[in-house]
Amino acid sequence: MKKSFKSFAKHYMNYAVIAAVMLIFTILALATPMKASTSLLFQKITVAVIMAVSLSLVVGFLGELSLGHAGFMSIGAYLGGKIALVIIEGGDLEASNILVFVLALVIGAACAALCGFIVGFAALRLRGDYLAIVTLAFGEIVRVIFTNTSSESFGGALGLKSPSFSMKKTYILVIIGFVLILFTLFVIQNLLRSKAGRAITAIRDNEIAAKATGINVTKHKLMVFVISAAFAGVAGVLFSYANSPIKADTFDFNYSIEILVMVVLGGMGSINGSIISATLITILNDKLTVYLSGDNAVFKDLFYALILILIIIYNNAPALKGFREKYNLRNLVNKIIKPKHDPSAVRDDAARWDVVPTKIEMNEVLSTDLVIDKVGRGDDSADIRERGGNK
Amino acid sequence: MAKFIDSVKKRIKAMFPEKIQRKTIESDYVLETESLGISFGGLKAVQNVNLKISKNQIYGLVGPNGAGKTTVFNLLTGVYQPTEGTFYLNGEELRGLPQEETNHKGIARTFQNIRLFNNMSVVRNVMVGLHNQEEYKCSVLESVLRLPRHFKVEKEMRERAKELLDIFGLLEERNNLACNLPYGKQRKLEIARALATNPKLLLLDEPAAGMNPHETEDLMNTIRLIRDKFDMTVLLIEHDLKFVSGLCDKITVLNFGTVLAEGTAEEALNDPEVVKAYIGN
Repeated sequence: MKKSFKSFAKHYMNYAVIAAVMLIFTILALATPMKASTSLLFQKITVAVIMAVSLSLVVGFLGELSLGHAGFMSIGAYLGGKIALVIIEGGDLEASNILVFVLALVIGAACAALCGFIVGFAALRLRGDYLAIVTLAFGEIVRVIFTNTSSESFGGALGLKSPSFSMKKTYILVIIGFVLILFTLFVIQNLLRSKAGRAITAIRDNEIAAKATGINVTKHKLMVFVISAAFAGVAGVLFSYANSPIKADTFDFNYSIEILVMVVLGGMGSINGSIISATLITILNDKLTVYLSGDNAVFKDLFYALILILIIIYNNAPALKGFREKYNLRNLVNKIIKPKHDPSAVRDDAARWDVVPTKIEMNEVLSTDLVIDKVGRGDDSADIRERGGNK
Repeated sequence: MAKFIDSVKKRIKAMFPEKIQRKTIESDYVLETESLGISFGGLKAVQNVNLKISKNQIYGLVGPNGAGKTTVFNLLTGVYQPTEGTFYLNGEELRGLPQEETNHKGIARTFQNIRLFNNMSVVRNVMVGLHNQEEYKCSVLESVLRLPRHFKVEKEMRERAKELLDIFGLLEERNNLACNLPYGKQRKLEIARALATNPKLLLLDEPAAGMNPHETEDLMNTIRLIRDKFDMTVLLIEHDLKFVSGLCDKITVLNFGTVLAEGTAEEALNDPEVVKAYIGN
């Protein structure tokens, strides 16, 4: 009972943390007048988190490089926003604002998913760098198309004047954003912690072996691209409600790369890592923009890049390995929550259904295994016993 | 212009290959190949291979390097499509099926260079093998919504995978990463994963490669165990002739893509043609 609760807490912790943040935000927003900039920052974070989680499905778990994720987002933003506008202008629907928003979400997600399906077909035939080029081209094509539309349809270069909730209550959009993050997590995490998720990671690890084991590679690859694109569309609709007008140039190549950076920094194949790094990078970006205004704005990209490089060095440099292992967040949490480390509990939980199969987690499991071997049965004795058993 | 239209028509035709009419025949054999062959351009890699493998047999495919043994495996598993001849599994023609469907029909294989899902745990590797079985059916929607069936299926799959691992003596290692297993155990895991797909015919591509004599003997016992316990038919490629003659009921010797000799191990390996191919005049 206690163990199952522990594993439950471990694997659903992210929901709890996000819900807690949402709650605190709501209370603060209702209790005190919130600065518009804070609210805007939170709104940016929610969009970035949804984007990063959905991209991590493709990059971290399917193992395909996609550089056109912003393209899916812009499709969601433009089409979802346009639909909402058309409906709002058609009649006075002030009362059912939320309903229009939900409809926009569904349509934006569906359109993005359709494009994901098309790009997914390219992914069936192309691998690695070539697929990256195709997705990049897709993102650029979408951007160019939306830039060159007429001002009546999608606003062209001036941008689409997008719908919004009442301007005074910007926090509503943030709360909706948090709910959408929870929904995204629910779908993607449950997908990965199931049969289909196992098949997807199998394709990442060895496509030939996956085929020979009877995994339908076509189906799973298309599924991943469709789901990932659909959630990018959802993020797009959220974005279009928060920003008016939306311009196609926002969703350029740089934005795709920024999301990719979030996924890579968070650790490939780690959803929680993506969430954390998306949050931190968005905050970093925002703060840099605030502090380096005016003439100093030129330095913004410089500092941003420098900080990213430092983070990557810190994460990977062999010389810092000891330091990393001694002072990290996981140790800190362990110290606070469970002072007595019980490796056997970790070991037994390690391959349960509710663990997302990630490289990082498996490495952790491995290190605990080695500890057990040293303390309990030695390596040699186990070997001998097994050989004896086989004879 | 007409030429251009013709070429476009040709290309469109190439995109939608004709449905191959597959027939079923009466057959006493698990696997029967009918003058199976493939040529890459002008090179005839394999030609005129006729294998007849009965149920519960352990059948060996031997030959010098480059004889086309692995190509035969690739033909049988749908990696390559045969340009000549065809093959039947329990009388059902399987020519032209893609790899995953060949597996669904009942042919599972291992690879010469081990191909495991390296970043997944051992038990998950086997569970991937169980993915397509009828009794573990569970749609993606059911999994995402976490309906009761998802939990039931996951639990059953895990139990079944553990059973399989137990047979191969890998139960203790089930939570380790597959890539961290020692070589011999990786081989065993690959066989376990192939067996998890519930095949009728198991193809083993050089299962004893890189093993020491002790491990080889262990492997021989394992393969016999598989045959008896799972009622399995095995076709294997091997260079170790001692291993082959100790294990196989019947063998076929290939050289330069053609069959040199077939029969029991003793007969075939003492065939003068075979001796010539291996040792020279």
